[in-house]
Amino acid sequence: MKIMVAVKRVIDYAVKIRVKADKSGVETQNVKMSMNPFCEIALEEALRIKEAGLASEVVAVTMGPKQSIDTLRTGLAMGADRGIHVEATGDLFPLAVAKLFKALVEIEKPGLIILGKQAIDNDCNQTGQMVAGLLGWPQGTFASKVVLDKEKQEVMVDREVDGGLETVCLNLPAVITTDLRLNQPRYATLPNIMKAKSKPVKKYTPEELNVATKSDLEVVEVTEPPKRKAGVLVSSVDELIDKLKNEAHVI
Amino acid sequence: MAIVRALRVPLRLRPRFSSLSSIAGSISTLVIGEHEGGAVKAPTLSAVEAAKYLGEGNSVSVLLAGTGSSLQDAAEHAASCHPSISQVIVADSDHFVHHLAEPWARLVQLVQQREGYSHIVTVSNSFGKNVLPRAAALLDVSPITDVVSISGPNQFVRPIYAGNALSTVRYTGNSPCLLSVRSTSFPEPTGLCDICVTHSYYCITDSIRKSRYVKLTSQETERPDLGNAKVVVTGGRALKSAENFKMIEKLAEKLGAAVGATRAAVDAGFVPNDLQVGQTGKIVAPELYLAFGVSGAIQHVAGMRDSKVIVAVNKDSDAPIFKVADYGLVGDLFEVIPELLEKLPEK
Repeated sequence: MKIMVAVKRVIDYAVKIRVKADKSGVETQNVKMSMNPFCEIALEEALRIKEAGLASEVVAVTMGPKQSIDTLRTGLAMGADRGIHVEATGDLFPLAVAKLFKALVEIEKPGLIILGKQAIDNDCNQTGQMVAGLLGWPQGTFASKVVLDKEKQEVMVDREVDGGLETVCLNLPAVITTDLRLNQPRYATLPNIMKAKSKPVKKYTPEELNVATKSDLEVVEVTEPPKRKAGVLVSSVDELIDKLKNEAHVI
Repeated sequence: MAIVRALRVPLRLRPRFSSLSSIAGSISTLVIGEHEGGAVKAPTLSAVEAAKYLGEGNSVSVLLAGTGSSLQDAAEHAASCHPSISQVIVADSDHFVHHLAEPWARLVQLVQQREGYSHIVTVSNSFGKNVLPRAAALLDVSPITDVVSISGPNQFVRPIYAGNALSTVRYTGNSPCLLSVRSTSFPEPTGLCDICVTHSYYCITDSIRKSRYVKLTSQETERPDLGNAKVVVTGGRALKSAENFKMIEKLAEKLGAAVGATRAAVDAGFVPNDLQVGQTGKIVAPELYLAFGVSGAIQHVAGMRDSKVIVAVNKDSDAPIFKVADYGLVGDLFEVIPELLEKLPEK
């Protein structure tokens, strides 16, 4: 069975972002970029499934401008067998990404697709669900545990939901989106980083995949959230209780 | 006629008048609803409340699915739970006992194809997040998720980068416009109202099932629900153990509060996952948020920055949490919490 994993290049999670003065977006020039943490977890899970002998190949897929190749190479260094780069400039909204994914699925015919539950830049939490909808495959979102049963061609997924942990059983082929506690991703070792340079990467354009990427969404502006009034330090529990009672009126 | 509030928009991004008027022409909204124990759940009321902002003359239908008498009771409750609701649609089938995404998305698609709403709204909790994007793909439209502000039928504001930026987005596609809203941004109104509602029923005959529900593991608790509690007491990794976390619970009990936790505390196994507050956990906006032993990482702050009053207690005076707290106390939580328990007034 082949597993396809989506990996996205985003601003590193530890960076303090800045909104551009012209409000057209967030500053990404000269800012550290990394693989989306949820995508790292997705790739790690795919690698573990392959290492358990339940899959034959892990294909990492990225979509975006030329520089996205860096993220793909990181994925190959972690252990993916092959890479696919759909090169597209301009904003790619989740629906376009999902349609491009569907086109790739028709070529690659994987038995399982794993994506991160959300990208930490746009925080959409949509793409995995949309890929599943377009393909008519079952979905196991916000996965904190994945157990594949090759015999029964099923996968059991524990999902982190508002009320606790929900377990669902999905027929393969299926789409899974990963939550934070699914696994701890491996670091790419130096020998693997070197090996990754010669792993094959196939390039596509949206035109070649017959997908129109023009969106039904437009970003009007990007602004900073309202700033909170500066707080004060109190020096004792008594002072804290007094302020909460008599100044803030919350107790 | 819908009223669209005028906004200052840069010249090059002026709206295309035709698509604006085609949505503004007649607004009708389908709210994807949830119910439990024979009543409509609070988040659904937030979604109905949010629908008001899409425009005047918006007729709201609530879609409920499930089976049996609890579904019928919930439909009755829906009829009187919000003045904006003019219709309740009920889908009765055992496909919906456990609210799986696959039959739900298909149901939304069917209802939309028959009724032709201009908007479909749900709340961005784990149910809405699971279902709405799948339904959007079936309807071939881009959804706008996690909306915190609505300024008309097709312009919305949503947080990005863990809430460190706000993105104003315009929907330029055809009907329906699908959106999920943050319940903390659209608090539900209190009180019942007159029943003025029609019911309609759907039968689902589609029987291909590729997924099945197995079980739900959840903790029994008497604490109020984290999502809409007025006071939240959160503990971080500094609590050091699940046993110590009981101090947080004791304080929460004294304050009639819900208990929250940071990702680190959940990862360490002190508390279950559904207590996690943060960018990828629950978003809360209580009147009072007390954070003990919480460093204040970007991802945690994302989940509580809209709280009215934030209190932080941490041994480290450089902890980022103090930048966002209204009242900060540099001290040892193992001393502060017992002192608070002793000195706080009885509820």
